[in-house]
Amino acid sequence: MQTATPSQTSSATRKTTVDQWWLLVIAVIALIVFLVVTQPNPYQRILIFVEDGVWVTLRTTMISFVLVLILGLVVALARLSKLWLLRGFFTIYVEIIRGIPVLVQLLFWYFAFPPIIQNLGTSLNSPALINYKADPNFMAILGLTICYAAYMSEVYRAGIQSIPKGQMEAARSLGMTYFQAMRYVILPQAIRVILPPVGNEFITLLKDTSLISVVAVSDLTRRGREFMASNFIPIQPWIMVSLLYLVMTLISARVVHYIEQKTKIER
Amino acid sequence: MTSEPIIHIENVHKRFGNVHALRGVNLDVYKGEVIVIIGPSGSGKSTLLRCINRLEEFDEGRIVVDGIPLDTAANINAVRTEVGMVFQQFNLFPHLTVLENILLAQRIVRKRSKEEATRIALDLLYKVGIPDKANNYPIQLSGGQQQRVAIARALAMNPKIMLFDEPTSALDPEMIQEVLDVMLALAREGMTMVVVSHEMGFARAAAHRAILMDEGQIVEEAPPDVLFTNPKQERTKAFLSKVLH
Repeated sequence: MQTATPSQTSSATRKTTVDQWWLLVIAVIALIVFLVVTQPNPYQRILIFVEDGVWVTLRTTMISFVLVLILGLVVALARLSKLWLLRGFFTIYVEIIRGIPVLVQLLFWYFAFPPIIQNLGTSLNSPALINYKADPNFMAILGLTICYAAYMSEVYRAGIQSIPKGQMEAARSLGMTYFQAMRYVILPQAIRVILPPVGNEFITLLKDTSLISVVAVSDLTRRGREFMASNFIPIQPWIMVSLLYLVMTLISARVVHYIEQKTKIER
Repeated sequence: MTSEPIIHIENVHKRFGNVHALRGVNLDVYKGEVIVIIGPSGSGKSTLLRCINRLEEFDEGRIVVDGIPLDTAANINAVRTEVGMVFQQFNLFPHLTVLENILLAQRIVRKRSKEEATRIALDLLYKVGIPDKANNYPIQLSGGQQQRVAIARALAMNPKIMLFDEPTSALDPEMIQEVLDVMLALAREGMTMVVVSHEMGFARAAAHRAILMDEGQIVEEAPPDVLFTNPKQERTKAFLSKVLH
């Protein structure tokens, strides 16, 4: 049944050159190793102290990002909907969220949201609500997700709108429903368009998780500050923390670049 | 051609803002008929075609396709599975191979097995003359080949009616004939076709009726030989004098 030879498929024409920017990642890791080995005090102590913070930062980023990808798509589709109520509601959501600094939003979810729920519980006489306690990790992920989903929805929307109208028309004329056309025709093409900005959102989110350090989450930034406070050394902890963030963001950038190359199609 | 029309268009109006694109169009198309619509750009011929499978909503009037009125969402989808459409810009899915382009709707709309859908797709690719391109991506094909794939993709759904919206207008001259040949073969098999095109050769060879549209109305309709050589209306004469060389 196969009528074309393998050499005609596009996989053969993809570039297989090595991405030289990996050298920068290696250089930063080498610098960390060098500092830890040559000056174990304080660098090795810092690294051991903040290690759990690295995992908190990575975990928070990963969970938030997966939720952002899902919620962002829902918001984008709602904003492209023909139903004005749906479109209006989510447009207002995006406009409000984009107008408030992330830090202020995180502070709101952690400090203001719980007492609002508790007050509501008092007036409704509901013990479950009165005894509501905010979990810092949960609130941090909630705050980041709600904020970044608004940004991400704009990325999705731009990507979906960049696909020529004829694609949707061709899919619908073949009898596909709107959602089938989205899933099988529009989104697979839009994803290739939005991969670079989505990658940027991931890296920005990773860096912005440092803000959750102010709402009682022991992430990398907070652990760095704790080390500084208990050891009275202001310089080295921030060098180490900066290098650790740099490793994470540089690796992310390379992974995004790799995926981009792999999924690139000519149009 | 005495039975019920397979497409019944009754007093259809369409406005784009202030532009009155269709002004009360009436047209009946019968099973097995090939109709060619000509007319100046902006005359509403593409809009009319797109109303038949409801890619364009109309404001007034009634369209019934194969006994199904175009009103509810369920009916619109039912009509779309019966009506194939070929576009000026081909609109192949660029992220899928030629074969996958033809498989997709068969699989998810017609729910055919992969084996059955593949067999149908390869038969159709053979029929449109490009059996060796199944595993290529659309970008690797010439315009004429892409349009033939688009025709195969529409035919794979076993439509009762095929709509062609200026199928050769985006093609280089040397590729027009290969697409017209496929359309001619289709017409000879008895497919009901509504074609918006200025290809007079095709119209003479295949069409039962030719229609001239202008300013959102049907100005004149007649067998193509009559319409092209001996039109009654002044507007038809004026238009043909610009198109025929």
